[in-house]
Amino acid sequence: MLASVLLSVAFLTGSGLVLAFLVVFAERRILDYGQCTIDINQGEKRLVVQGGDSLLSSLAQQQIFIPSACGGRGSCAYCKVRVLEGAGAIGPVEAPHLKPAEREAGVRLSCQVKVRGDLRIEVPRHLFSVKRYTGRLVRKRPLTYDILELTIELIEPETIDFVAGQYVQLESEEYKGREPVMRAYSMASPPSDKRRIQLMIRLVPNGICTTWVFEHLKEGQSVHLSGPYGEFRLTDTEAPILFIAGGSGMAPIWSMLRDMEERGIRRQATYFFGALTQRDLFLVEELSEMARRNDWFTFVPALSKEPEESDWKGERGLITDVLRRHMPDTSAHEGYLCGSPGMINACIAVLKEGGMPEEKIYYDKFT
Amino acid sequence: MASSDMGLFSSFVLIFVSAAFTDNILLARFLGMCSCLGVSKKVDTSLGLGVAVVFVTASTAVLNYLVYNYLLVPLGIEYLKLIIFIVVIAAFVQIVEMIIERVSEKLYNALGIFLPLITVNCAILGASLFMLNKPYTLLQAFGFGLGCGFGWFLAITLIGGIRERINEAAVPKGLEGPGITLIIIGIMALAFVGFSGMIKI
Repeated sequence: MLASVLLSVAFLTGSGLVLAFLVVFAERRILDYGQCTIDINQGEKRLVVQGGDSLLSSLAQQQIFIPSACGGRGSCAYCKVRVLEGAGAIGPVEAPHLKPAEREAGVRLSCQVKVRGDLRIEVPRHLFSVKRYTGRLVRKRPLTYDILELTIELIEPETIDFVAGQYVQLESEEYKGREPVMRAYSMASPPSDKRRIQLMIRLVPNGICTTWVFEHLKEGQSVHLSGPYGEFRLTDTEAPILFIAGGSGMAPIWSMLRDMEERGIRRQATYFFGALTQRDLFLVEELSEMARRNDWFTFVPALSKEPEESDWKGERGLITDVLRRHMPDTSAHEGYLCGSPGMINACIAVLKEGGMPEEKIYYDKFT
Repeated sequence: MASSDMGLFSSFVLIFVSAAFTDNILLARFLGMCSCLGVSKKVDTSLGLGVAVVFVTASTAVLNYLVYNYLLVPLGIEYLKLIIFIVVIAAFVQIVEMIIERVSEKLYNALGIFLPLITVNCAILGASLFMLNKPYTLLQAFGFGLGCGFGWFLAITLIGGIRERINEAAVPKGLEGPGITLIIIGIMALAFVGFSGMIKI
């Protein structure tokens, strides 16, 4: 009895071991692609990596972070990269994510391209300075009934260098069967605060990421994000500035204003902040205080749907009308806009009417 | 019974034909139904998985035949056959997948996602287990495995072809998808019953 038990156990263990060894050995020998070089942007960077991994993870090991939310499963399609040479055929997982024009240009999902030999790829340059961060949510504060301010302390890496106006991609986690996604949010905190960042997030009804932030993300929880991304930033000129924002479009402007104050940039600046009613306003105290402190700064909050009989003493009307009333001549100014595409397009029209050249209008549209 | 006086080759052919048609593993024994339902939406994917199944069924039948007769029987531990067969199939599939990936990227892309599915395809395990019911020689076991795999390949390809055609027809709402597929499989099984009794081994 004992002998047969021992025999079966020994046989099972032995055969398991032999087979496992075979598989491991096969993987080592068969799937050994040796050293492969990845040429980025026609020789701008050359990476030597051990072949066999996906392009996405090979690049990540070399500190080049291509945006990716799904963890390499091929479902988010954020990790698109142009592969000029060496990628092989398009696989069944990535095929549904590639449009005909993209296929023509050699665009691939870097998580599905395996490094089997030397590769030539193209990566947008600004991604070189992008890092992936792990942080901890230290504060979740409502700004209005539908806008939250998140304060995230960075843990690994510990600090971030960015320019006011740039954004990060926040990664949501899986919940209730909704897959992880990445969404872009501008930093609201000034760049001087390298260890913490603040984001402003407006609840999008049924939005995957915002629902996660509002309902599932708790203070103390760890979060993942990557960045900084984006070209929205103040220029180095002396031209007076017109800031125009609506709702959570406040974030990059608030970062820019605090950055200006800290660094002693004394350009004339007027900030038109558009909202529907008083309950949609936030940071009014802080901005008014900043305007009192600094004679170069003027803050103009404007409400478009505030009831006539209310106690609101500020501007009323659509942000475009308020803008037109205050700034009939915008020819010498630079415009910095952040908000919904509708608002931005309407404001660009008004600014051009006032004489602002189109190339002096900078904006960050929500998508 | 496979008569011993029959020629080596003719017994091989007979076993192959019987496994493929009279005892079709998908349509007569209803094994490997899950991957069949999942993959048979199109002819080309059906072909891909079918070819992979033929290859793996035939090879694992031989491997398991050797393991059973030269390891399990001498040691008197035949009752471990189920678990051992499963592990052998899994390891084999994994190694084959690696070899295909290395040798032909094109074939790997065509078969790639189907190969791991095979590990849990009960038709493959079924072929290895049924093979033990008859006193086959190694060559006959190979013929049996090949026949089982080919039968499965034939069935899934036919089903794939019919399903492609059915996409163009208006199927009653409640029957769309798996419903109509199961009915098709049922009718095809009836057709394959026509083969029964044709060969008796």
